Amino acid sequence: MNSPDLPIRAEFVYDPAALELGYTGQTLYVNVETGAVEARPVTEEMKRTFVGGRGFDLWLLWQAVHDATRWSDPENEIVISSGPCGGITQYPGSGKSIAATISPLTDIVIDSNAGGHFGPYLKFAGWDALELQGNATEEVIVLINGASGRVQLLAAPPDCPTDTHALGHWLNARFAESENERELLSFVTAGKGSEHSYMGCLNFSLYDRKRRDLRYKQAGRGGIGTVLRHKRIKALVVRARPFKGDSNQPADIDQLKATGAEMHREIARWDPVQNRMRSRGTAYLVQTMDDYDLLPVMNFQYGQHPDTPQINGDVWEQRYTQNLPDGCWYGCTVACAHAVDNYEVRTGPYAGTQVIVDGPEYETVAGVGSNCGIFDPDTILEINFYCDTYGIDTISFGTSLAFVMECYEAGILDRTMTGGLDLTFGNSAAALDLLHQIAQGEGFGLLFGKGVRKMKAHFAEHFGAEPAFLEDIGMEAKGLEYSEYLTKESLAQQGGYGLTNKGAQHDEAWLIFMDQINNQIPSFEDKAEALHYFPMWRTWFSLCGFCKLPWNDVVDPKNAEAEEPAKIPHHVENYVEIFSGVTGREVTADDLISMSESVYNFQRVFNLRLGKGRREHDAIPYRSAGPVTEAEYHSRQARYDRQLKEWLGLDPEAMGVDEKLAAHRAYRMEQYEKLIDAVYARRGWSADGIPSPETLRRLGIDYPEVLAVVKAQLPE
Amino acid sequence: MITINQRDELPWQAGMTVQEILDTMSYTFPRVIVSIDGVVVPHDKYAVTPVPDDADVRVIHLMAGG
Ligand code: SF4
Repeated sequence: MNSPDLPIRAEFVYDPAALELGYTGQTLYVNVETGAVEARPVTEEMKRTFVGGRGFDLWLLWQAVHDATRWSDPENEIVISSGPCGGITQYPGSGKSIAATISPLTDIVIDSNAGGHFGPYLKFAGWDALELQGNATEEVIVLINGASGRVQLLAAPPDCPTDTHALGHWLNARFAESENERELLSFVTAGKGSEHSYMGCLNFSLYDRKRRDLRYKQAGRGGIGTVLRHKRIKALVVRARPFKGDSNQPADIDQLKATGAEMHREIARWDPVQNRMRSRGTAYLVQTMDDYDLLPVMNFQYGQHPDTPQINGDVWEQRYTQNLPDGCWYGCTVACAHAVDNYEVRTGPYAGTQVIVDGPEYETVAGVGSNCGIFDPDTILEINFYCDTYGIDTISFGTSLAFVMECYEAGILDRTMTGGLDLTFGNSAAALDLLHQIAQGEGFGLLFGKGVRKMKAHFAEHFGAEPAFLEDIGMEAKGLEYSEYLTKESLAQQGGYGLTNKGAQHDEAWLIFMDQINNQIPSFEDKAEALHYFPMWRTWFSLCGFCKLPWNDVVDPKNAEAEEPAKIPHHVENYVEIFSGVTGREVTADDLISMSESVYNFQRVFNLRLGKGRREHDAIPYRSAGPVTEAEYHSRQARYDRQLKEWLGLDPEAMGVDEKLAAHRAYRMEQYEKLIDAVYARRGWSADGIPSPETLRRLGIDYPEVLAVVKAQLPE
Repeated sequence: MITINQRDELPWQAGMTVQEILDTMSYTFPRVIVSIDGVVVPHDKYAVTPVPDDADVRVIHLMAGG
C-alpha cells in the first residue's frame, strides 16, 4: 500500500486479530478530536445479546453519549459494524455494513445499512466495529490498515476534494499502488451537500474490477453523512488483508456452501421469470406500484400517473449496463446493484464529465421522479448522481422536494420565498438548481436541506402558512422523511412507518400487499402480530450483515405450499443454517426473532433516554392515512364513497366533500390509534409505548441503566 | 359470483380462467400464489385453469419492497 505522505496526527499499532466464528473479538475506537485510538474487547455478553451490526452500533453508542447529547455534540459517535455473517461469500447478500448515530433530522438514533466493501473489509482488517467520536479541528482522514496493523489519523490537505466521486479518485491515487491494491481498499465518504444539510448520506465504496472504477452504495437515511462532515472527517479508508471465502473462520464451511448453492440455483431458476432483479434491479417495482395505485405521485397525493411507463423498469433495463456482475458484495447472485455507465453530466460543477451513476433504485426513481411529477429519466439520473456525490439522501431529498412543490402549487410558497425558484411539480431545472444550492449552502437550498419537519416550522412562523395543513401534507414521522410508498389504504403499513424506532422508513415492515391486496391480516390483532414479527425479522438482517432482498425478492414457487408463505419459511431456514454455520451457535427460527427483539427494545429505550420514544412520537401525518384535499378525494371518489357506506353507514350522496373528508379523517385516525394499542400490547409495551420492566427482563436487557430509563417514564 | 381474497367480488362467467381473473383485477405482480377453494394452482397453469362459480379465490402477493 502506498504511504500517502500526509501529516500523521495520531497513530496506533495493533495486531490484526484473526477472525473466529465470524468475529475478530475487538472493536476500534477513534477520537478524531483528541487523537485517542483504542482497541476494545468484544465480550461474550455483547455477542449473545447484541449479536453484531446494528446491535453493536447501539450498544457502543449507548456507552458513548449522554441523555442530552445531540447530533452535533463531540460525544456523539458514528458507529459502523457488519455483523458475524458479514463478509461470507457463499450466501447471497452477505456484505452489508450498518451505520448508526444520533440523527440531525430526528434527534434520536438512526441506523442505516449499505452495500459496498467497507464493513467486511473492516473485519478483514481486524475489527468487528468502528466507533468515531469527537469533532476534529481540521479536515482528517482515518486510515485503518489491516496489512500493516496501523490506524492513522491523517490531516487532509487543502487539495483533497469533498464530493464523493472526485474524492474517491483522489484516495485511490494516494493510497493504492496497483489494481490489486484497489480491490483491497474501501472508503466511506460524504460530500458538500452533507456539510450544508441535515440529510447527508454516507457513500460506501467498492472497487469494480470489470469497470476498473469505484462504485458507491449509500447508507442514506437520517443524516449520518451530515455527522461525518460535522466531525470534519473527509474519508474513512480501510485496507483489508487478502481474504478468501472462509476468512470468517466459520464453524461449518460445508454447511455454508450447501445452503448457498441451493439458494444460487433458486435465484438462477426463478429471478428471470419473477422480478428480474438481475437485469432491472429494484426499479422493477415502479410499474408494479403504479399498477396497484401505490406509487407516490405529487407528494403522495395520488398512486398512479399516465407517464409512469417513461420511468418504469423496462426503461432502466435499457439504461443500465447489462451482463456485469452487479453484486454489492462478492457472491451475491441477485446482483441487483446496477449502474448507468458513461453518463454525461449536464449541470452544475461537473457538467461535461462522464460518470458512473449507481442506480437509480426504486426509491430514487419514485422519490425524485413520480413523487415530484418528474418523469424524465435523464433528470432522475442527474439528481441521482449529484445526490450521491454531494452526499445527500435521495429519499429525503425527493420527499422534501415533493413537499415544497405542493406548498408552491398551494400558494404557501412563491418565488420571493424560494429565491426565484419556480417549484411547480415536474420542474426538473428547478429541482437541480435546488440540489446545487444545498451543496453550496446558499439560497432556499439551505432551508430546504434541513428537511420537512424544520421547513414546516419555518413556513408556519415566517410565511404565514396554516400549521395544520403543513402537518397533514409534510410527509415525515419522527423527523425522518417518508420513503416512497402510498399507505392510505393499508392501516398496517401506516403502522409500518409510524411505529418504527427510527422514523418513516419501510425497512422494518413492508406490509402493503399482505394487508391491502391480500387481506391476510384483517383484524387489529393480525396487524399487530405482523407489526411484531416482521420488524423483528428484518432487524435480524441488520444484526448479522445481511441484505434483506434475497429473503423475499426471489422465491421458489414451492413456497406456496408453506403454512405461512409470507414469511418464506424455506429462506428463514437458510438463515438459521447460515448463522449456525458461521457462529457455531445452534439456533432455531424463533431464536432469531428473540435476538432481534432484544436489540429492538433496546433501541426503543434509547429513544426514551434521548427524550423521545413515547406514543406522541409515533404519530403520522394524516396524508399517510387518508385524503387531505378535495382533489385527492375526487381522484378516488368511488372508493371513498363506498367506504363511507360500508364502514360508517353514511350516505355519500347526501354529503358535501368537506363532510366526507371529515368523516374519513375521524374514522381513519381512530383506526390508527386502535392499531397503536394493539401493537404496543403485542410488543409488551405500556399504553404510552414504553417497554415494561418484565419485557426487558424477558429479553435479557434489564441492565440497571436501561431499567432506570424505563422506570423513570412509567407511572408509580 | 367469485370472491377474491375474502373481500372483492367478481361476476362469474362460464370458462373463466385464473389468468382472466388476474387480468381483470390488474394483478400484474409476478410472484403470486393463487388458490381456488383452498387448492393451490401451479403458476404455469393459470391460463388453462377454469374457476367455478362461487369459488373462493385467494391471490396472495408475496412481499416486495426495499
Ligand atoms: S441483493 Fe442487491 S442490494 Fe442486496 S447484496 Fe445483492 S446486489 Fe446488493
